Amino acid sequence: MQKSPKKETAILAAERVSKSFGSVPVLFSVSFDIRPGEVHSLIGENGAGKSTLIKTLSGFHKPTSGRILLDGTEVKLPPNGEAEHLGIVLIHQELNLAEQMTVEENVFLGRELRRGGVLSRVEMRQKVRGYLDAVGLDISPASRISDLSIAEKQMVEIVKAISRDARVLIMDEPTAVLTEAETEIFFRQVRRLKEQGVAIVFVSHKLGEVKEISDRVTILRDGQWIATQDADQLTPDAMAQMMVGRELSDLYPPMNEVDFDADTILEVKGLSGKGIRDVSFKLRQGEILGFSGLIGAGRTAVFEAVCGLIPIENGEVFVAGQSANFGSVAKARDAGIAYLTKDRKSKGLLMQQRMRPNLTLFALNQFVKRLRLDKAAEEVALKRAIRRFDIRARDPSINVGDMSGGNQQKLLLAKVMEAEPRIVVIDEPTRGIDVGTKQQVYHFIAALAAEGVSVVVISSEMPEIIGLCHRVIVMREGRVMGSLTGDHINEAEIVRYAAGLKQEEAA
Amino acid sequence: MSEVTTNSELKGRSMQFDIKTAGPAIALLVLCVIGFLLNPAFLSEGNLTNLLTRSAFIGIIAIGATFVITAGGIDLSVGSMAAAIAGVMIIIMNSAVDAFGTGVATVLLGCGCSVILGFGAGLINGVLTTKGKIEAFIVTLGTMGIYRSLVTYFADGGTLSLNFDLRGTYRPVYYDSFLGLPIPVWAFIIVSVAGWFLLNRTAFGRYCTAIGSNEAVAKYSAIKVDRVKTLTYVIQGVCVSVATIIYVPRLGSASSTTGVLWELEAIAAVIIGGTVLKGGYGRIGGTILGALILTTIGNILNFTDMISNYLNGTMQGLIIIVAVMLQRASWGKSKIRTT
Repeated sequence: MQKSPKKETAILAAERVSKSFGSVPVLFSVSFDIRPGEVHSLIGENGAGKSTLIKTLSGFHKPTSGRILLDGTEVKLPPNGEAEHLGIVLIHQELNLAEQMTVEENVFLGRELRRGGVLSRVEMRQKVRGYLDAVGLDISPASRISDLSIAEKQMVEIVKAISRDARVLIMDEPTAVLTEAETEIFFRQVRRLKEQGVAIVFVSHKLGEVKEISDRVTILRDGQWIATQDADQLTPDAMAQMMVGRELSDLYPPMNEVDFDADTILEVKGLSGKGIRDVSFKLRQGEILGFSGLIGAGRTAVFEAVCGLIPIENGEVFVAGQSANFGSVAKARDAGIAYLTKDRKSKGLLMQQRMRPNLTLFALNQFVKRLRLDKAAEEVALKRAIRRFDIRARDPSINVGDMSGGNQQKLLLAKVMEAEPRIVVIDEPTRGIDVGTKQQVYHFIAALAAEGVSVVVISSEMPEIIGLCHRVIVMREGRVMGSLTGDHINEAEIVRYAAGLKQEEAA
Repeated sequence: MSEVTTNSELKGRSMQFDIKTAGPAIALLVLCVIGFLLNPAFLSEGNLTNLLTRSAFIGIIAIGATFVITAGGIDLSVGSMAAAIAGVMIIIMNSAVDAFGTGVATVLLGCGCSVILGFGAGLINGVLTTKGKIEAFIVTLGTMGIYRSLVTYFADGGTLSLNFDLRGTYRPVYYDSFLGLPIPVWAFIIVSVAGWFLLNRTAFGRYCTAIGSNEAVAKYSAIKVDRVKTLTYVIQGVCVSVATIIYVPRLGSASSTTGVLWELEAIAAVIIGGTVLKGGYGRIGGTILGALILTTIGNILNFTDMISNYLNGTMQGLIIIVAVMLQRASWGKSKIRTT
């Protein structure tokens, strides 16, 4: 750091802020400040209180005790996002854009420029174009939001914030769904905003990125402030250890070798469909097979086709030697294949329901006794799953939507395992979950494989693929580019295949 | 310490839940008290049986609607469907008199046809929504018009009347009692119990709720979404046919005005009962109470001169709006508690 600004220069600060929901305390006397022109990252495990802190800083929650200071004077922030008028903008993880409206309409939504009761469209368009140029985003103000990529949508949110003269920009996991290239573009805009004096709070689980973009980093654990340090004095490892409070050397479990003569349990031959072309591979019993590639390379589509979620246009699937072109998810499940979606919130779990109906939904036919649902058996299954997968919920009657991402992921895993599959396909097993839970998920996967279950891991996080898988298949534009085994699994090789610089001869 | 807190929280939650589910029951109780105060004859045995019998039509249809709405759909065609089924039933029975006489056989033939027609009509609605991928609102708006015009066409713009002798045979189904309760009330009870069991105790009921909550999650959870959704419309169709079977002997006729606005009354009963209109949460018990509340309002207005009977619709409308306002308020509260 070239200069270390004094505390008085903070735009927004929380002083010994505590917050309880009902009788459950979630934040204990935390202090946090944001200075103009800096990126201050906030990290911690799921449930550490990050969301509560940023919601308190932006007025969505009222602190139970403690003070919020704006420009050094104590303020009571207005609720429901009205703090935007004070220049404090929170960008939620779930983007808040009207999908069917244009960029321009979204940016000015709720405060449209008018002249004599008529919208001044030309003026708004010019202004939006100015903002877009300022952040270097090359899209038309007239584009519909639904036609944009996630990264572009993210940028539109930021443009929206700038147009509101944001002085403090709080972003909750903005890069969670971005590819590495998109993240790079995104960070470029963040740096530009920083130069303009905007204070930025960055919440993320990706510690490498935190290290790259931040000036300072604050670590929370179990609702308590652990440390605030300059980013250049921290390594990602040190951050992880402070978040978890213990050594994380064994993030990845030791790898069990697959029996050399293990049976092939799944064979895919020349599979084609929407977004995939001529995909072939084999999966052996007890094997952990990684699927790597850029987002949109067709990895998810392959397994959606195998599991009967999207139609197969061409090609064949064999499970344990039997032809198995499933027309429905139920048939795939009954043959022992289960697919865990990467989209927990919209495809994985019923957010408005409790844990029990969610847990048993996938294998509900097993809980039917003489036409009736056996609720006692469901309750037993829930207790077992909570123990086995270490699901922590404040109380079991809580809606799944109110649980942390890590616990949701564990529940999703438990849900799929109720069907006792022989083949489990896990799409982005650790998206949006903290380091501690990640480690647990990795150990579950390894334990499954050790029991003889075959696991497919689709992941965009390279260390995960490298640390976990026996074999890796790399896809690009709907095709299999190559397959790597053992010592050949490394980042450089994967990137070479994923970028299309190298391709194996089709077997 | 922490156990104590979870315990008290659980208690608070369950108590709040009770108030919410008990709402329709309380409302019905209040209506009964008002009815009694206005005219003690309201609670006479004769009036109560009459009230229950009248509520049976809407009640039975509304139980079917509970399934459709819980699974995230809507069926606007039920009133017209009832009219069309009634019309076809009468035509079939009248023309069967020559072959089978005016005895029970002909009536049974009519009832059988009614169930088949209800099943078929529901299947059409279901398949058009799922396989045809058209919004349920549009599909059933279309079939609503079709069924309504069919009955007008069959009746040639007038009224279809049941053969006089057949009426005598069929009459007991509406007017007779069994163990002190009129037959339509028995039908209502049986359909209610079956509906409650199906929605709350079977995998099918759980699937309906899951689909109404989030169709994508249901699909990824190996649920045959199209089949389950179609089945809810079939259940609705069969419920309509059962309601029609007990309705036809009441007047012995069908015309283009038969069953007008029944679809709205059925949906209203479902909503008053606490089922969420956009799906994902359904209550059969609430629906039954909803149907009773709607009928009771009309009944009370018949008993008093204070409010004109013509304002029946106004009172029903007010009740629907107030009921939903109360439900929303408590939903909001529970949300603040948990986040």
